[in-house]
Amino acid sequence: MIPLIQREVCDNKKWMKEQDILDIVAIAESTPGPIAINAATFVGFRTSGFLGAALATLGVVLPSFLIISLISLVLTEFQSVRAVQYAFMGIRAAVLALILKALWMMFRVSKKNAFSYFIMAAVLVLTAFVKIDAVYVIIGCALFGLLWTLLMRKGHSDDTA
Amino acid sequence: MILLELFLIFLKIGAFTFGGGYSMIAMIQYESEQHGWLSQSELVDFVALSESTPGPLAVNMATFVGMKTGGLLGAVLATLGVVLPSFVIILIIAKCYERFKSSRTVGAVMSGLKPAVVGMIGTALLSVGRTVFFPSGLQADRFTQASFWVFLGIFAVSAVLVFKKVNPIKIILLSAAVGIGAGYSLNL
Repeated sequence: MIPLIQREVCDNKKWMKEQDILDIVAIAESTPGPIAINAATFVGFRTSGFLGAALATLGVVLPSFLIISLISLVLTEFQSVRAVQYAFMGIRAAVLALILKALWMMFRVSKKNAFSYFIMAAVLVLTAFVKIDAVYVIIGCALFGLLWTLLMRKGHSDDTA
Repeated sequence: MILLELFLIFLKIGAFTFGGGYSMIAMIQYESEQHGWLSQSELVDFVALSESTPGPLAVNMATFVGMKTGGLLGAVLATLGVVLPSFVIILIIAKCYERFKSSRTVGAVMSGLKPAVVGMIGTALLSVGRTVFFPSGLQADRFTQASFWVFLGIFAVSAVLVFKKVNPIKIILLSAAVGIGAGYSLNL
C-alpha cells in the first residue's frame, strides 16, 4: 500500500515530500494497529489537522467495512453449499502458505542475535502452548527490550569508563 | 453487553498489534476461543477472504467478527474499536514525531517487539496448520486419509507459488479449484 500512498500524496497531490513517506513507514511500524490506518491518520493530520486525520481514516476504513459487511451476509447463505465447503478446504491449505511467507519475511528483517531468537522462541511457546493472552506477552517483550537495551548500554559505558 | 465486549476487545487488539495483520491472527484466535465467536476453520476461511478483498486485515477481521456476533452495530463498534488506538496514538505522535523518530526509548522497546512479531506469526502458523491438517486432533490414522495428502499437496504447491511472488488471489483461486476437484472426485 505504501507505493500507492506515495504516488497519490507526493506525486499527484504534492501534500508531502518523499522523505515524509519514509517517516510514515517508520512510524507506522513502531506504533500498534494496521499500517494503512496509521498512514491515513498521519497523512490526514499533517495536511489538514484533526478533521483531515478523521476523514482520511474514515476513507480508508469505509471500503473494507462495506465489502466485508456484504460478504458476511452472503457467506452464511453459501456455507452450506458442498462445493463452497470443498473450495474452502483447499483455500485453508493455501492460507497456511501465505502465513509461512509472512513468517519468513518478518524473520528475514529481524536482528539475528541470541536476544532476538530468545524472544521469538519465548513468544511462540507462551502464545501457542501455554496460551497466555498475547497482550501480556507483548507488554512483557516491550519491557524486556527496554531493560535489555538499558543494561547493554550501561555495560558498554562501564567498559569505556 | 456483547456490543460493549466487542468494542473493548477490538480496542485491545488494535492497541497491542504490531507488525501487520498476520501477527493479529493469534490474538483474534485467542479471543474467539474465550468468547466462542468463530470456529478455527471459520477464522482461517476468513483470513483467505480477507486476503482476496481490499483493505487492511485488521479492519476486515473486526467488521466480520462484529457482523457475525452483533449485527451491523456490532460491526461498527468492533471496527471503531480496532481503529481508535491507531488514530489516537498517531495524532499524538504526529505533533512530536521528530522526537519520537530519534527516541532511544522507542528503539529499545521496538528491539523487544520486532522479534515478538515473529513469534506471534509462528503461533498463527502452528494453529492454522493444525486446523488444516488435523482438524479433529492428532490421530495416527490421519496419515492414511486421502484428504491429508491432498491438503499437503495444495500447501506445498501454494508455498512454492507464494515464494515465487505469484499474486495471492490467484493462489487462493487455484487452491479453491483443486479443493472442489479433489473434494468431489475423492468424496472427502
